[in-house]
Amino acid sequence: MKNTPLQSRHVRHGARLVEFGGWQMPVQYGPILEEVTRVRTHAGLFDLSHMGRVRVTGKDRVAYLDRLLTNHVAKIAAGSIRYALFCRADGMPIDDLLVYPGEGEVFLVVNASNTDVDLAWMREHETGFDVVIQDQTDELAMIAVQGPKSREITEHVVKGIDLAKLGYYKFAFGTVCGIPNVRVSRTGYTGELGYELYVPTQTAGRVWDEVLTAGAMHEIAPIGLGARDTLRLEAGMPLYGHEIDATHDPIQAGLEFGISFAPEKGDWIGRSALEAIRAKPTRRLVGLKTDGPRAPRQGYEVVVGGKSVGHVVSGSVSPTCNTNIGTAYVPVALGEPGTAAEIDVKGKRQQATFCALPFFSRTRK
Amino acid sequence: MAAPSTRSTRPDDRKYTESHEWVKVDGENVLIGITDFAINELCNGNEGDLVYCDLPEVGRALDQGETFGEIESVKAVSDLYTPIAGEVVEINAAIEDHLEILSKDPWNQGWLVKIRPNSKDSPKMMDAQAYEKFLAEKKH
Repeated sequence: MKNTPLQSRHVRHGARLVEFGGWQMPVQYGPILEEVTRVRTHAGLFDLSHMGRVRVTGKDRVAYLDRLLTNHVAKIAAGSIRYALFCRADGMPIDDLLVYPGEGEVFLVVNASNTDVDLAWMREHETGFDVVIQDQTDELAMIAVQGPKSREITEHVVKGIDLAKLGYYKFAFGTVCGIPNVRVSRTGYTGELGYELYVPTQTAGRVWDEVLTAGAMHEIAPIGLGARDTLRLEAGMPLYGHEIDATHDPIQAGLEFGISFAPEKGDWIGRSALEAIRAKPTRRLVGLKTDGPRAPRQGYEVVVGGKSVGHVVSGSVSPTCNTNIGTAYVPVALGEPGTAAEIDVKGKRQQATFCALPFFSRTRK
Repeated sequence: MAAPSTRSTRPDDRKYTESHEWVKVDGENVLIGITDFAINELCNGNEGDLVYCDLPEVGRALDQGETFGEIESVKAVSDLYTPIAGEVVEINAAIEDHLEILSKDPWNQGWLVKIRPNSKDSPKMMDAQAYEKFLAEKKH
């Protein structure tokens, strides 16, 4: 099991550490729901150094990635970031990721648990392309500052970037805590205003400490992966292994914004399969709200009109919505927001209502 | 650092299971609860992370090892097992609305169900010392 460069700090902050994607990661430092609320009202600091970071160089990098990724890499404007997926020929996702095209490179941020599979998939398909694939996971740490106060806090440690002008899903290079040439992106997995910093591993501890110091007046605190999962679910963002996986395609997951069927993109792996699904979707991802005592959980059946019609893929207590929330796959015709349903909690039925996603977003305002 | 102690910090008036239930004789009946370790696994000392406890109907007949309920925290759902076969004669209904009882007093106020055992023979379970040894070995 791997440790991030911030391991000793997590221990010092009293984190409960668990294995996640091959890494020992903080699941929480204190009560999870209080951590969620802190990010919604103030700011939170996240160690995301377990996420896979991959740099692709070589003259064919864009054509190569346009063959492997669902989004149209050649069309991404300078300084912009796009969401995309690696899919197999049958359209089923291998992983989802963020794509940062830059000067002479394309930088990818993938899920920790899929990093090895992604790298193997990329290497399997590099034949015929002039590309170099470099795993930078161990040389860079990834730290996120998220929440309504994140800009004021991040401004204290970043020089050379006007954060007020850095738009959602944009990135730039600046000086962070005196470290030059650091990638700073306005991204996150919380639905909040927020920034992600990619710093050299050996500087991670210093950056972490300086952000905490700068954010003290704004009540920043370290936030674990437990709260992060609730934050992303409230924000309607997919998690591999839940909304998408080898049996849940990205079209029916509602992720078409990360998929390009533009003719100029040419053929790409999974394209025809996803076009077929898009032409005839059978199910859709819906939000669920339930006032009952039990939170929806992955695998629970969803019942409409007394009949089992689908299954829950994610669920949580939501302090932001003040109710229990989840996501579920149901037949297209039955998934209208407002539809009354039930979830089956091991034989006990609990009332629920379908709703549109996301449950919460500040970034989309 | 605290001096190592041979004395158990968990009550020695009851037996323990590897799935972290405790069983205490109460006259003709037995009380079943879950240990401080189980509660800490669920909520890491943050009682606000416990969100729900589902207990059985009074009168339900339970087999040895059967699931009699569930306890849910923000991130996980755990089954509750009975190591003793018998009939549920009482449940601790206060728990359902006051989950904090479990973290405050898992040994007395935090009992979950009272069962009338089918048989006088009870299965082999650990005493407090053996349970602590079991926990210590689990950590390594």
